[in-house]
Amino acid sequence: MLHRFLRGCLSYSVSKRRRKYGGVTALVSGRHFRVWSPCSFPDSVNLTATVVQDQTPLRVAVMSAAAPGTSKAAHSDVAPKRKKGPGALATAYLVIYNVVMTAGWLVIAVGLVRAYLARGSYHGLYYSIEKPLKFFQTGAILEILHCAVGIVPSSVVLTGFQVMSRVFLTWAVTHSVREVQSEDSVLLFVTAWTVTEIIRYSFYTFSLLNHLPFLIKWARYTFFFVLYPMGVTGELLTIYAALPYVQKTGLYSVTLPNKYNFSFDYYTFLILIMISYIPLFPQLYFHMIRQRKKVLGHVEDYSKVE
Amino acid sequence: PTATVLDIKALFHKSYPKWYPARQSLRLDPKAKCLRDEEVLQTLPVGTTASFYFSDLGPQLTWGTVFLSECVGPLIIYLMFYFRLPFIYSPKYDFTTSKHWIVHLACMCHSFHYIKRILETMFVHRISHGTMPLRNIFKNCGYYWCTAAWMAYYINHPLYTPPYYGQQQVNTGLYIFLFCQVGNFSIHVALRNLKLPGSKAKKIPYPTKNPFTWIFWLVSCPNYTYEVGSWIGFTVMTQCVPVAFFTLVAFIQMTVWAKGKHRGYLKEFRDYPTLRSSILPFIL
Repeated sequence: MLHRFLRGCLSYSVSKRRRKYGGVTALVSGRHFRVWSPCSFPDSVNLTATVVQDQTPLRVAVMSAAAPGTSKAAHSDVAPKRKKGPGALATAYLVIYNVVMTAGWLVIAVGLVRAYLARGSYHGLYYSIEKPLKFFQTGAILEILHCAVGIVPSSVVLTGFQVMSRVFLTWAVTHSVREVQSEDSVLLFVTAWTVTEIIRYSFYTFSLLNHLPFLIKWARYTFFFVLYPMGVTGELLTIYAALPYVQKTGLYSVTLPNKYNFSFDYYTFLILIMISYIPLFPQLYFHMIRQRKKVLGHVEDYSKVE
Repeated sequence: PTATVLDIKALFHKSYPKWYPARQSLRLDPKAKCLRDEEVLQTLPVGTTASFYFSDLGPQLTWGTVFLSECVGPLIIYLMFYFRLPFIYSPKYDFTTSKHWIVHLACMCHSFHYIKRILETMFVHRISHGTMPLRNIFKNCGYYWCTAAWMAYYINHPLYTPPYYGQQQVNTGLYIFLFCQVGNFSIHVALRNLKLPGSKAKKIPYPTKNPFTWIFWLVSCPNYTYEVGSWIGFTVMTQCVPVAFFTLVAFIQMTVWAKGKHRGYLKEFRDYPTLRSSILPFIL
């Protein structure tokens, strides 16, 4: 008899048995279903088709009618091919890179704390860490190169997107529109970035050295619950604050007529960027939540997961 | 012994009408590649019992449908901008026409290009792949339609600036454009004549009596070469940055396709001519 499978997995067996007349028999949901074929099949071949949803092979019950050791073996016998990791030189370079970046963001963090203690208020802390922030955030562009060359197993497009959005905010909004630099929203996203980056780069450093303390892994996949919305809020408020100045001065905008027949309105562009956060933020947020389930679910896995 | 994977798919479809054969993807292992319809069951590397893994490819559309909708869109959208329908430009310009001859010429060239493409899809192309997923139509159409709108907006804008070098530049662009359009059409005809209807045998394309096909000595995918050439001609003719951007993106995409095809040719045919490059003679 056929067994029913769990969770939307269904099966039907097509058994080709040698008959005088040759035919294909399909057994579906307990009903026999026969299709005649002009040729006879010399071998008796039992074909069991197992329907699995979304490529995840679910628990497959053994077909009592079929030959033993069929379906169960099928999905587990292909061992996942391990991709060759970066060589020794690449690993050394990456360790140095991540250590430098961790140190850099620590400098920014310390700078923020010192400036706050010296001034006694939250306002205008951006100016005290302006230079290291620009330097180390721009340095993250190297990560795109790492993915492109292949020493980091991440997607170039995804990493590129993340890094460029940060760099865009650092240079094209905060640096370019001087009036927003004294806003509190700048402090909001700078703090979020600082904490995130310190944890992230130390995570990479430790994983490359194969000594990842659980605390760092836990921190990376837990702090984002607060830091991510905090950062996004800071970024959106900053862009919003920059809008009137951009419109007034026509910053980075090109108007018609010109000999290249091209125009660009930075003001509209910024508004579109703000709108794009609406679909993107939930996707990235839930992606991190899913990653968290995957990573913190298996405590023994120390692989680097983006 | 000649039963193929397609028969399994047909059987499956009969039991589950929702999943027509084009939508099914059967493979021997969850991580393996999808089995093609023509594969004979006897030749599969399995024992007496085989397990197929099925995955749903989602609703499918034929390539012909996708191509047609991709091309009809830009045609109509460009004309909407050309005739300056309301709500695009300032109301005082509604339904006016440009005083520059180049704008009319650009409209004719652009429309000619897409009409040619539509006619080719209907009468010339022999499409060997069956279908593609529904999502692709949104992606492809979105891209073609949006870039057509973007280009058309600037070319038909009341404040459009004609090319810097004047009539000379326009003529050069026009000649390049027309030359490449004819070339592109010749290549499509040549490729069509390679295959007999219904046969899936692959053959190497060779230059014919038509001079436009002589580029086959140097390039594997000259249809893409001529296409890029047409758009370069159009860019020179209109001197418009969005058009240049569109040309660049098209070039990158077509290079990816050409390289894939070139690699396919090399793998399939032992005696493939070694002089040929994928899209640009000697360069790419």
